[in-house]
Amino acid sequence: MIHTETVLEARDIHFSYGENTVLKGVTLAVQKGDYLGIVGPNGAGKTTLLKIMLGLMAPSQGTIAWFGNDIHQFKDWPKIGYVPQKATNFDGHFPATVYEVALMGRYGRRGLFHLTTSDDKNQAQKALEHVGMWELKDRLISDLSGGQQQRVFIARALAIEPEIIFLDEPTVGIDQQAKNDFYALLRKLNHELGKTLVLISHDIEMVTREVDHIACVDRELVCYSTPEEFLKNTRFTGVHEGEVQVIVHGHQH
Amino acid sequence: MLFTNLFQYSFVLRGLEAGVIVALIAPLIGIFLVLRRYSLIADTLSHVSLAGLAIGSLIGINPVLTALGATLLASLGIERLRTTKKIYGESALAIFLSGSLALAVVLLSMAHGFSTNLLNYLFGSIVTVTNGDVITIAILAIIVIALLIAFYKELVYITFDEEAARVSGIPTRFINTLLILLSAMTVSLSIPIVGVLLISALIVFPVITALQFKKGLKTTIIYAEIISIISVLIGIVASFYLNLAAGGVIVLVMVIIFSMTLLFQKFLSSL
Repeated sequence: MIHTETVLEARDIHFSYGENTVLKGVTLAVQKGDYLGIVGPNGAGKTTLLKIMLGLMAPSQGTIAWFGNDIHQFKDWPKIGYVPQKATNFDGHFPATVYEVALMGRYGRRGLFHLTTSDDKNQAQKALEHVGMWELKDRLISDLSGGQQQRVFIARALAIEPEIIFLDEPTVGIDQQAKNDFYALLRKLNHELGKTLVLISHDIEMVTREVDHIACVDRELVCYSTPEEFLKNTRFTGVHEGEVQVIVHGHQH
Repeated sequence: MLFTNLFQYSFVLRGLEAGVIVALIAPLIGIFLVLRRYSLIADTLSHVSLAGLAIGSLIGINPVLTALGATLLASLGIERLRTTKKIYGESALAIFLSGSLALAVVLLSMAHGFSTNLLNYLFGSIVTVTNGDVITIAILAIIVIALLIAFYKELVYITFDEEAARVSGIPTRFINTLLILLSAMTVSLSIPIVGVLLISALIVFPVITALQFKKGLKTTIIYAEIISIISVLIGIVASFYLNLAAGGVIVLVMVIIFSMTLLFQKFLSSL
């Protein structure tokens, strides 16, 4: 796929908690239609980088530009869908139906002082149909399996009608079959609906099979390449505490 | 016969009017406070309102208005301490709770002890509800409901997932401040009916009872409203006939409904 329009550009991003450097000079661009996987060990700064890109945290140095605009001037947030790391953001007892969660995706787009319209309801329904969850619309989100919940969160991100969707470790805690279905869904979003995807994961094996580009982050941007080049230049050193450790031989910037 | 007796007294009517308004508003705020684990904010603000009441009594202004001013100011202070993260969220609440209680005690001792009026503010009484109170409560209630409707979707999204809400462009800081200001208003307008010490029960109980039914958000809010209004009506009528403090009876009715719901759910799940 030929990518022309730059959706997101992160330039020379630094971030530290006191003495502890989390990110050091990360420069990364995402093109329209791209499917980018950001991989790296736990604590390597992947989620911090994502939060800086989304404006949830401010970098200590560096700039973020969205669709060519500096993040401070950028207003068109409904172009961006976000599926947060479920474990840390989701209250299992929250009384919301699948439909109510999907409809929340419309809330940012609608703007202050506007009630939801039939268009919002249609978009929420369409989003749930895309992820195959419309039949379960009246079920409580807390009654679903982990894989089903993630589909609903994708639907929430889709309902906003974004151009790009960020997913932070979306397959943590779901079984292999649900994982495969989930990646098939992401492929569909990227190929058929033309959504740009940025996926954070430590599941390197799966990510290399799915994405167009891989960025390895371990405080710095250690590599940026296609999955084929990535596999050529790295070797797996086995599984350590549930995490695939990778040694990168050549830097592919 | 029974109800003609009840309605012969205009103060009962005023009490019922004020009570139903409070019963309507409390769960609407309560649902967001409970789900955000902010239940203690209601308790803190009610203690702040006691200091406000004491100030009002001392300088001779309608104490509900000074209580409103005090809770609004304190709510902004709490939110500021919480967001700057200089101290733990619960410690911010503790500072305001005990600090304002201390201020109230000092002001009350300056006014030479508790007056009957103040006792009514502590425990609630429909007898002391004046026409002015009903009007004040009604105006505050209209403002609270209007703002809740205007910002309902933002409040829901922030309560469910603050980060995703922020990314989608919702001004989270503004909505958080709004929620705590609305809580302050709700606490102040509930004082004459349930009293300072029982406000948080009114805000929290109907919501946690409704949550036991495990329904979606809209249904949960409707259940909480029904429970709240039934409890307040039973409480006020019972307090009239049995000559008991309204606030206490209302909250006891809520405790009974909550316990019955828990037992009922347990029974259902054992089937």
